[in-house]
Amino acid sequence: MNLKEYNKEMLTREMFQPLDKSEQNSEFIAMETKSFARDAWIRFKRNKLALLGLIFLGIVVVLAIFVPIFSPYTYEQMDMTALNANPSLAHPMGTDRFGRDILVRVMYGARISLSVGFSSAAISLCIGIMYGGIAGYVGGKTDMLMMRIVDIIYSIPSMLYVILVMLIFGSNIWSILIGICISSWIGMARLVRAQVMSLKEQEFALAAYVLGASTKRILFKHLIINCIGPIIVNLTLMVPSAIFTEAFLSFVGIGISAPAASWGTLANEARGLVETYPIQIIWPVAAICLTMLSLNFIGDGVGEALDPKKK
Amino acid sequence: MIKYTLKRLLLGFITLFVLATVTFFLMKAIPGSPFGAEISQLPAATVEKLYAKYNLDKSIPEQYVIYLKNVIRGDFGESLLRKGTDVTTIIAKAAPVTMKLGAVAFVFSMLVGITLGIVAALTKHRWISNAVMVLATVGVSVPSFLFALMLMIVFGVQLQILPIIGLKGPLNYIMPTVALSLYPISMVSRLVRSSMSEAVKQDYMVLARSKGTAPFWVIVKHGLKNCLIPVVTYAGPLVAYLMTGSFVIESLFSIPGLGGEFVTSVTNRDYTLIMALTIFFGALIIIANILTDLLSALIDPRIKLEKGKTAA
Repeated sequence: MNLKEYNKEMLTREMFQPLDKSEQNSEFIAMETKSFARDAWIRFKRNKLALLGLIFLGIVVVLAIFVPIFSPYTYEQMDMTALNANPSLAHPMGTDRFGRDILVRVMYGARISLSVGFSSAAISLCIGIMYGGIAGYVGGKTDMLMMRIVDIIYSIPSMLYVILVMLIFGSNIWSILIGICISSWIGMARLVRAQVMSLKEQEFALAAYVLGASTKRILFKHLIINCIGPIIVNLTLMVPSAIFTEAFLSFVGIGISAPAASWGTLANEARGLVETYPIQIIWPVAAICLTMLSLNFIGDGVGEALDPKKK
Repeated sequence: MIKYTLKRLLLGFITLFVLATVTFFLMKAIPGSPFGAEISQLPAATVEKLYAKYNLDKSIPEQYVIYLKNVIRGDFGESLLRKGTDVTTIIAKAAPVTMKLGAVAFVFSMLVGITLGIVAALTKHRWISNAVMVLATVGVSVPSFLFALMLMIVFGVQLQILPIIGLKGPLNYIMPTVALSLYPISMVSRLVRSSMSEAVKQDYMVLARSKGTAPFWVIVKHGLKNCLIPVVTYAGPLVAYLMTGSFVIESLFSIPGLGGEFVTSVTNRDYTLIMALTIFFGALIIIANILTDLLSALIDPRIKLEKGKTAA
């Protein structure tokens, strides 16, 4: 049986009837359409570690915000009857050598550490997007000059900036914040610049230009909104590194000064008592490590959730 | 290549110059006398002499010129705190200590990081690769100073098997090195794992295997060579990390190195020493970055130098 005969026998005319009307739009997307944020959230939730990190961080943030309302002590209130007390009902984490409640101090420490982390990320976001956006969009000599400036700022470790700034403005949260922000926006600026440079060559940017959109509109409404994924990923990694810098400096003894206490300061204070009261150092160390771990898990989770290649 | 090298060197010099300038003017902006509050108790003639000695009686631009000239000659003046000791002498004494510790930590983190990364990428057991990844995440999350502290408590105070002070014998190196290396090990093993698992899928690996090369040599000769590029680009940031890491590790373990000196000079407000150390650290890191860029360009022919690849 050759092919022709086979066809004649097997393929009947009835097999080639036009489709029923109801089946015609099979190209239609049957799944419910999801917004970018919703899709990212669904994929983020799949990563259990990241979800756990988010829950932990949420608890820390809530405690840090509301600690003055529900806590019976302030962070500098000394209880002379209970110096270096072990954990008890009155003091769940015990007290330090001045009889200050460690739990309350750890929660106040969260305020400092988290504000440093989040504010520096927010500031870097603004500066980085502006700087990188302009450099990438304008291009040419301007871009070249702007990037050389960035290279210069970047080649000096940020710790040196922070220390220099602190020498002038004193050891407080503001100088740490300023010091961190001198160089922390650079990663963001480089990222935005690279993204904008490639995106501006694409047709939709040209279309917007032809339709008469202003530079500002093209840059912010079309280009930067399209690189929001990498920006968010970069942002989540910036928070732990700022928290680390603050804790580092306070731990060495050149950061936040007493009686205010960040986690680094608490760890530094407990360091001297480590042989007699080792329990005191566990709390701030655990607070720093768990928070950093949560932030890194969240960062990984967000990175995966926003990466279109890993759908 | 030569053109690129010159360009990088020039940029390095400009960076150093900017750093020196910024440090100078920041130091001038610090409120109060550099000699502290007790200066008002000294007789006026002594104060005048003291100011003249440090050129503080001249105008700021004049001071700046003198300062730049001295910096070029490598003369950073006397330590404000340790009278009669040149800052350069202090640095010359402390630098080898930091360099030695830094070099040991560098080699250690590279070796361990690369090994872990390869193992994680190639192992058939899922739990091994998961374990390495967990270690890598914990490693970037636990700050080095806390890790050092935990090591000290466990091995130094409780078990008392490792010395916790100074840098005299080889045993002294263990804890500071491990503490400094935790973060870079995590970074390097992540880099190697991801590039190695890419590399094993490549055609040249299959080719090398099918030609009858032993698996071990395929990995070393073909795989490793190709996954070293991201590791080499990480070398510059690693040097910077080891330098700043030395601030706290050296203070913790009482190691007489640059980092420890820097922290004490900041707490004591020893301005001349701070300035000199800032510039010294800056120079070290700039040199490390230039070397890294050149090295990665040499290894990876795909990097086009003339297009002005920015420093990592």
